[in-house]
Amino acid sequence: MTALTRLTIAEARAGLAKKEFSARELARAFTAAVERAKPLNAFITETPEKALEMADASDARRARGEALPLDGIPLGIKDLFCTKGILTTAGSHILDGFHPPYESTVTQKLWDAGAVCLGKLNMDEFAMGSSNTTSYYGPVESPWRRPGDNRPLVPGGSSGGSAAAVAARAVMAATGTDTGGSIRQPAGFCGIVGMKPTYGRCSRWGIVAFASSLDQAGPMTRTVRDAAIMLGVMAGHDPKDSTSAPLPVPDFEKALTGDVRGLKVGIPREYRVDGMPAEIERLWAEGVEWLKAAGAQPVEISLKMTKYALPTYYIIAPAEASSNLARYDGVRFGLRVEEGQSLDDMYEATRAAGFGAEVKRRIMIGTYVLSAGYYDAYYLKAQRVRKLIANDFKAAFEHCDVILTPTAPSAAFAIGEKSDDPIAMYLNDVFTVPVNLAGLPGLSVPAGLSSEGLPLGLQVIGRAFDEETVLRVGEVIEKAAAFTAEPAFTAG
Amino acid sequence: MSLDKSAVAHIATLARIRVSESEKEQLVHELNKILHWVEQLGEIETEGVEPMTSVAEMTLPMREDVVTDGNRRDDILGNAPAAAHGFFTVPKVVE
Repeated sequence: MTALTRLTIAEARAGLAKKEFSARELARAFTAAVERAKPLNAFITETPEKALEMADASDARRARGEALPLDGIPLGIKDLFCTKGILTTAGSHILDGFHPPYESTVTQKLWDAGAVCLGKLNMDEFAMGSSNTTSYYGPVESPWRRPGDNRPLVPGGSSGGSAAAVAARAVMAATGTDTGGSIRQPAGFCGIVGMKPTYGRCSRWGIVAFASSLDQAGPMTRTVRDAAIMLGVMAGHDPKDSTSAPLPVPDFEKALTGDVRGLKVGIPREYRVDGMPAEIERLWAEGVEWLKAAGAQPVEISLKMTKYALPTYYIIAPAEASSNLARYDGVRFGLRVEEGQSLDDMYEATRAAGFGAEVKRRIMIGTYVLSAGYYDAYYLKAQRVRKLIANDFKAAFEHCDVILTPTAPSAAFAIGEKSDDPIAMYLNDVFTVPVNLAGLPGLSVPAGLSSEGLPLGLQVIGRAFDEETVLRVGEVIEKAAAFTAEPAFTAG
Repeated sequence: MSLDKSAVAHIATLARIRVSESEKEQLVHELNKILHWVEQLGEIETEGVEPMTSVAEMTLPMREDVVTDGNRRDDILGNAPAAAHGFFTVPKVVE
């Protein structure tokens, strides 16, 4: 029998249903794998006892004939989701000791569906980063290595702990969040599947806020089918999040028919950016061929505003972050540093000690672009350009059903590379950020290896609330790519 | 538009983040670099374009004006770095 940690959600679901193994056996296999994965630093908090407790409850349900859709499936949770009574840090010093008195809607839905919690996964501080090197709890190492080169690589970010843990077989799947690419880029770097659903598909309630008009939760899994299964549980209207869409949740798994005949696949010419490695161009062209062979029809489209998406994002996201992060004041939760006499002294000392360099930079940029005299020139301007970016997609989707692009303009890089230049780091998200600005669903599927032996992903972008087509196309790419490469390090 | 040290100091005060003199130097450099980069948006004609405030094409829903939660004082104070007698406590603000 395949090692339990190698199973997909779909396989584990079948095995549990046939009583080939118990949820407890599955949980034990994974808690041991979590232990072995320690060198990756993928977890901030491990919850092995809770996992076994939840697994026992799952076995009891199944014995009573009351098994739930995700019963017994062991998951890791990005440490941005509030989990009742379990330390929740957002990768920041400023949330020291924060034990939420409530559970986020998305994680509650997962537990209500029978899933088992293995722990809380490391991430860039407040989800700000593309390399998982800004966490107060230290960088996460990718389980991948360039053959013949032992330098540790970044797993991507901000959901770097999630991506590393899924790729290393330390969790069966994980939650992530994506504000500018934080699910798709690390999924691409680690050779796994990552989906950012349409804005409003999953509730944001109980997720530590970064940029509220962009943030969205999604699944990070080893297969497209697993992403469909997990998204079906995570999605749905929530009265506690006024931006969550009051729409029924389709059966995403049913959408995986393998039939993409006649589907129009948009290829945006502006995504051929300067300096993109030829091998990524080639993989992209190969992706087009795979879909053509399956009966889809490629069409060239134009997304004229592509080059302005990143600068737009780096006004809007910091502006929203500066407002959202105003709550960390040393009064209600987390860290407090008392220096000087006044309340202002306490605020300033707490925030100076509690936030890392990248978070401070973004808060300050956000504060500036929202400040009197500069609001129109920066923030309002960015909101207008954002509208043009969204209009580009709207126009493109009159000529195509999905859009195919690379996930990122490079494979993973070494820890420490690109860290001295914030803008070089920001460029990682050139293909993912426009999707957040327009609020659309995007899926990264592992499609091949770079000449250095590292995973490369392709991204499928869809119309708002059409995750079904995105997943269907993603599965066709997954089958054609037949990506079976494994990282240098696996924990199970 | 370029920021100098005093502008950075003002932003830091607005953001309630204490920054040292040496940090200020570095921030002047870093923030200017980022601002200069985002200023390329000036190339785009946006006259008459409606600013996009949300991707959700819907008006925010209204609900009944009734209490749906509450009576959780101890839960709420449970994470406070300092609390006393059922209140958050802060450094003295009134002499």
